[in-house]
Amino acid sequence: MNFELLLFIVFALVAAVSSLMMITRKNAVISAVFLVLNFFALAGLYLLLNAQFIAVVQIIVYAGAIMVLFLFVLMLLNTGKEEAILHGKKPIKYFAIFIAAVVFLQVAYLLVFGSGSFTSNPDIEASLSSGTVETIGREIYTKYIIPFEAAGFLLLAATIGALILAKKKFE
Amino acid sequence: MNSIPIEYYLILSAFMFSIGVTGVLIRRNAIVVFMSIELMLNSANLTLVAFSSYLGNPIGQVFVFFVMTVAAAEAAVGLAIIIAIFRNKLTVNIDEINIFKW
Amino acid sequence: MIDLIHFTIIIPLVGFLINGLLGRKIKNEKVIGAIGSGAVGIAFIIALGALFQLLSLPESERSQVVTLFNWFSVGNLEINFAYLVDPLSITMALIVTGVGFLIHVYSIGYMHGDKGFWRFFTYMNLFIFAMMNLILGDNFVVLFLGWEGVGLCSYLLIGFWYDRKFEKGTVAQAAKKAFIVNRIGDFGFLLGMFLIYLTFDSLNFTEVFSKAASGAVPEATFTLIALFLFIGATGKSAQIPLYVWLPDAMAGPTPVSALIHAATMVTAGVYMVARTSIIFASAPAIMTVVVIVGILTAFFAATIGLVQNDIKKVLAYSTVSQLGYMFVACGVGAFSAGIFHVMTHAFFKALLFLGAGSVIHGMHEEQNIQNYGGLKKHMPVTYLTFIIAAFAISGFPGLSGFFSKDEILWYSYSNFSLGLWIIAALTAVMTAFYMFRLVSLTFFGEERFDHHKVHPHESPKVMTVPLMVLAFLSVFGGYIGVPELFSGEGGNKFHHWLEPVFAAANGRLAENVEHSHFEEILLMALSVSAAIIAMWFAWKIFTTNKELAEKTSNKFKGLYNILFNKYFVDEFYEKAVISPINKFSEGFLWKIADVRLIDGFVNGTAGLIDNISGTIKRLQNGIAQFYAVIMMTGIAIILFWIIFSL
Repeated sequence: MNFELLLFIVFALVAAVSSLMMITRKNAVISAVFLVLNFFALAGLYLLLNAQFIAVVQIIVYAGAIMVLFLFVLMLLNTGKEEAILHGKKPIKYFAIFIAAVVFLQVAYLLVFGSGSFTSNPDIEASLSSGTVETIGREIYTKYIIPFEAAGFLLLAATIGALILAKKKFE
Repeated sequence: MNSIPIEYYLILSAFMFSIGVTGVLIRRNAIVVFMSIELMLNSANLTLVAFSSYLGNPIGQVFVFFVMTVAAAEAAVGLAIIIAIFRNKLTVNIDEINIFKW
Repeated sequence: MIDLIHFTIIIPLVGFLINGLLGRKIKNEKVIGAIGSGAVGIAFIIALGALFQLLSLPESERSQVVTLFNWFSVGNLEINFAYLVDPLSITMALIVTGVGFLIHVYSIGYMHGDKGFWRFFTYMNLFIFAMMNLILGDNFVVLFLGWEGVGLCSYLLIGFWYDRKFEKGTVAQAAKKAFIVNRIGDFGFLLGMFLIYLTFDSLNFTEVFSKAASGAVPEATFTLIALFLFIGATGKSAQIPLYVWLPDAMAGPTPVSALIHAATMVTAGVYMVARTSIIFASAPAIMTVVVIVGILTAFFAATIGLVQNDIKKVLAYSTVSQLGYMFVACGVGAFSAGIFHVMTHAFFKALLFLGAGSVIHGMHEEQNIQNYGGLKKHMPVTYLTFIIAAFAISGFPGLSGFFSKDEILWYSYSNFSLGLWIIAALTAVMTAFYMFRLVSLTFFGEERFDHHKVHPHESPKVMTVPLMVLAFLSVFGGYIGVPELFSGEGGNKFHHWLEPVFAAANGRLAENVEHSHFEEILLMALSVSAAIIAMWFAWKIFTTNKELAEKTSNKFKGLYNILFNKYFVDEFYEKAVISPINKFSEGFLWKIADVRLIDGFVNGTAGLIDNISGTIKRLQNGIAQFYAVIMMTGIAIILFWIIFSL
């Protein structure tokens, strides 16, 4: 058991448990907080994978911007607290849980017993170098400049769209 | 020296994805449904980063970059829609926003 | 003219189309009548031209085929619209178009004022078209086309006054009866055609007949084919057992009875037997059957005709009886005698019917002869032509009927037996008797109608001129068939003219014992004198001493009843055949097969789909999460499939 594995176990457990807790809380704000915790755990996992840039971006964008947005909306709308999780058409919901579990088990089975071969010991140099800001920046600004620009447009469109949708009505 | 087999990351990712799916299917609060969708997107990100690291190819992480962009945009617009609906129906309970059936 | 022969068929068709499509708009009866009659008249002229051209050719070339176009070819069966011009078909064509033309002209007067005037001429032209196809066709399929066509036109024309009542039923029922009984015969004809194709691999007359004459086809096959063809002939030509439609066919207008049910359509069966003579000659058993059916029909129809009171009914049973004679002629191997009788019968029977129509017209639609009497002085032309025809049909020496009927009687004796001759002669005596009963009750004696209510008058020229032409033909038309007995060597000209057509058949038939001229004269004298006595006897009773007739019928009341009710044949058919079929159709085929099975199946399918969709539509409940669950289920299924295919 080395330090790496220990870290992985910690982060993975936190991620898994927090995601579980997220979907089972009655209070939507508590759910959002647990999701934030999940994102932090994921950031840790990214660091373990030598993905420095992504880890930081995860915290800045996801935990720092998106989740803040979610929390703003939640608190502004001030939705009620009391509702049983599995209210409504119970049979469908039990079936849904069952199906999701089935799909997870199937994917796990395929991953473990599937015929693909995964590289288990990567080249550490390549791994390290592929996660740096420098590498990623080079990729984005040279090879993938057009998707980059498109992403910019997408954000512009999203901004304008959100603005118009959430605006107060014209009199 | 990275001695964690990639399957571990992939199984964790699958687990988070399933949790996200469950959340989408059984929660009635529209905003919690959105958060579950974000969870699913993150599981996909984890998979991409894991492969990128193990294959030494930065392209996986470039893709994650864009996924995050899209997720942000989608979250913004989706929440705006929810606000707009809330104005009319005063609820974010998707059982009551049942306008597909005629 | 021979290569224009197809115009004899096309021009009546054109007449049919013009009158059919535009007839309602052309208000002028004369125009419609002119188009209808003119079409048939032109056809007659063309046929006449073809006759002269044929006469100019040597005997071996008197069989020409004019091909129009290919109708269909399936496998090695090739059927063309092609027409055969030979002595037999030209003779029939002249009879049909000639007599047909006269009847068309007569109809202009008879149908005057009828609201369906244009419809009448339309159907009549269509009939001529179909009949010409029947006679001139050079293969069985075109013949059958005409065969069915004349059946259809018969139905249309019998049911012409479709909104009237007729005896115990309606006119429409009479028309249906004709069509359906005909169809039964046609089924037999079709079976015959199928067998012919199977045996000879062709349906073309020339091919089939040459193969039949030369090839090694077993007699059993010929017997079967001839039997089926004859069944068809009994249907079309009203022989036992399928004659029951002809008396009911009198529901139609009188020109229809004259044209279709006296001169042309009913002789189609005789024509068909004559045309396929080689097949019949190769099946002696069926020839005997033809003779027996023919003579039975002739005898029994004559007995029924003795006591009927409707003028058209008497003539109808007379037609059935005379048709029996024609089949007897064919059955004993005297095919040209049969065709000769077809020709003379067309003349005098059409004349009789047209004359009856004139009487009916003059007596304001009264048809019961018990209400006639003494019409001689009111309708002189009708009377004169009618009695000429009566003399002709009774076989008075020198008239056309004498030559043709006598020839048949002679061949019954010489080719078959004395017994046949005796029955045939008895029938001839009865024919003479009932014809002159009819004449006497109608034209002689006292008037048995109320002069204040009914004013009998002579018919207009457009009706009497055809009568006169037909009377001329009834008198002089027989001279082309004068037997060897009188005309010396070289013999019967008509016989000679038709000989090439029947040469193959005659070769197959047994050689007959030579009979002397003395026997021929003796038998002729016997039958003629018996007929003349019957004529005089009938005239005497029904003109002067009607009470004797009534007393006789009262004394033999049972027999009289049977004859008057036509041996209860219709009632028997009704009980034995029609009723069971009706009950079966109604009780089983309709109620169970149609309503329960078929409707149940169709409605059941619809109901099943209704139920299924009712269940499936619940999947569309508008809840997006539900749809998402279904999607996940689909993904799970696909993953299962991937796992299992590993």
